[in-house]
Amino acid sequence: VKTGLTIAWLLLLASVPLWLDNLYVLHVLIITGIFIIAAMSLNLLLGYTGQLSLGHVAFFGIGAYTSSLTSLGFSVHLLPNWEVTASPKPVWLGMLLGTLLAGLCGWAIGRISFKVRGAYFVIVTVSFAEVIRLVALNWVELTQGPMALNNIPYLRLGIPGWFEISFLRKPANYWLVLAVAILSYIVIRRLVHSRAGRAMIALRENEPLAASIGVDVTRYLVLATVVSAAMAGAAGTLYAHYVRIVDPDVFLFIYTVTMVIMVVTGGKGTLAGPVVGGIIFGLLPETLRTFEIPPEVQWVVYGVLMILVVYFLPEGIVPALRNWWQGRQQQPSSDTIAAPAGGAAR
Amino acid sequence: MDQLLQHTLNALILGGTYALLGIGLTLIFGIMRVVNFAHGELYAFGAYMMYLWVMVLGANFYLALPLAVLLGAMLGAAIELVLLRRLRGADIDTTMLVMIGAWIAMQNTEQLVWSGIAKSINAPFPSSPLVVGSVSVSWNRLFVFVVALALIAATYAVINRTRLGKAMRATFQDRDTAALMGVEIGRIHTATFALGSGLAAAAGALLGPVFVVYPSMGDLASLKAFAIVILGGLGSIPGATIGGFILAFVEELGAGYISSGYRDAMGFLLIIIILLLKPTGLFAAKERIG
Repeated sequence: VKTGLTIAWLLLLASVPLWLDNLYVLHVLIITGIFIIAAMSLNLLLGYTGQLSLGHVAFFGIGAYTSSLTSLGFSVHLLPNWEVTASPKPVWLGMLLGTLLAGLCGWAIGRISFKVRGAYFVIVTVSFAEVIRLVALNWVELTQGPMALNNIPYLRLGIPGWFEISFLRKPANYWLVLAVAILSYIVIRRLVHSRAGRAMIALRENEPLAASIGVDVTRYLVLATVVSAAMAGAAGTLYAHYVRIVDPDVFLFIYTVTMVIMVVTGGKGTLAGPVVGGIIFGLLPETLRTFEIPPEVQWVVYGVLMILVVYFLPEGIVPALRNWWQGRQQQPSSDTIAAPAGGAAR
Repeated sequence: MDQLLQHTLNALILGGTYALLGIGLTLIFGIMRVVNFAHGELYAFGAYMMYLWVMVLGANFYLALPLAVLLGAMLGAAIELVLLRRLRGADIDTTMLVMIGAWIAMQNTEQLVWSGIAKSINAPFPSSPLVVGSVSVSWNRLFVFVVALALIAATYAVINRTRLGKAMRATFQDRDTAALMGVEIGRIHTATFALGSGLAAAAGALLGPVFVVYPSMGDLASLKAFAIVILGGLGSIPGATIGGFILAFVEELGAGYISSGYRDAMGFLLIIIILLLKPTGLFAAKERIG
């Protein structure tokens, strides 16, 4: 029954462009999908290892910029008389490079900041994002600075002369984002249920104990950071070739906050949490916009919601619903059964 | 050489306010174990209070300054009582998320109230700078420096010479033992958050008239405060003081000799170097495990 339900769900999601003829709504869904991928990647770190990356936009933006620059080509002076020129490359190569480079940055950040525990990782990631934003803003020769990278080519897949799929129109992009989202979901699911995933959860729950039974703590933390960063980078490449314009504003802190809110509200450390949170907070701004609420009020609402969620739904929506459901199913002995289930969901 | 002297002087003067920011943050972290992401918002709040009193209501500049600091401390106390009081004993991530929420809500409230346009505050100082030999410094910056030093000295006095300070130090060393000895932890936490917030508001109120005031000004202030605190070692007050001056020197020299566009990136570079070479900071207090 469960697989049948999953397939029905996926078919419903995949069929959206076929019956939905409002292109604006489709656009909102695509952007929401991209954010859900980013939120899932953040959840791997925040939910499963307990480390908060507050610079996740950096990985997203590195993916976006790398992919755009690879497919546009560039020429920069690294030293006054040493010019490096790159000719335009195919988009798929750019997307691959963007993902890899984001993962590489995640590796470096993880190696440096996991030398110590505590708030360091948070602070290093948040500063890293700010520095990358400054680079994107100031290195005009490479990034065009505030003028933005324009006319980024869209993705084309296929064998020249035989057949070709172009991802210019919205339905094609929707399917692409959906496919990457499902792929990311599967990757995270497999990782979390693997030996590495169990090690991550063990060290989140009790690091000294995990270390004492031989879990190489730092190694798994770095591994989670690399996967998470690469996945956020992949989301960034999708964004770049869909919107086809990238400026330093992709590094704005508020996007990281959006991802954090999605994960925390949905339920960190659950597979479905970022998806549920992503759908709510991806569609909420558009709903608020129809009521003509100014963006500042919207952000105030976000901030207050975040505080309320920590107070009243500390586990997030998905675990809360799960507990409620289990409590209902085992009505007679709900107290004894639901309590350990709630504990296990942490 | 003259240029170097001028940069050094600028750094010294900027360092005073950086130290104020860092001390406030490190106090809150050391005693309460709260990573205060709203710290920069208190800095912005101080600057906006200066704007409100001096530019909107026409109050005296020297009267507005202590008033802005006091209001900042009161706002800090209110945040502690309303948001953090019932989270005492919660893990560090929980309070951090709450403070991030508070940060977003506060910054956007500022944007709503004051609009996004940068505002400037008139200060009652002569516009011609003080010139000594080959270097010059504006009177306003000199005033900022003197007041910042006085506030740093006052903070040291409070922490080292008063009963409240003794209770704070005791809480810092061991919260449970301090509570057993009759220290009212709740009041210490409120006082700590108020003091830290007041210092951040003071930094904002002092620098507001030097630069301009805008809603997102707190973001960079927060990041710099974090860099200072990591530099000095989390929870170390002397570390934060010296860290503030070190960051100011590195920024000033980096902006002067490397690139002014990357001025605000220098703090991050310092963090990386510190984490690579001496991860516990230059003046590490004993890090509590757990």
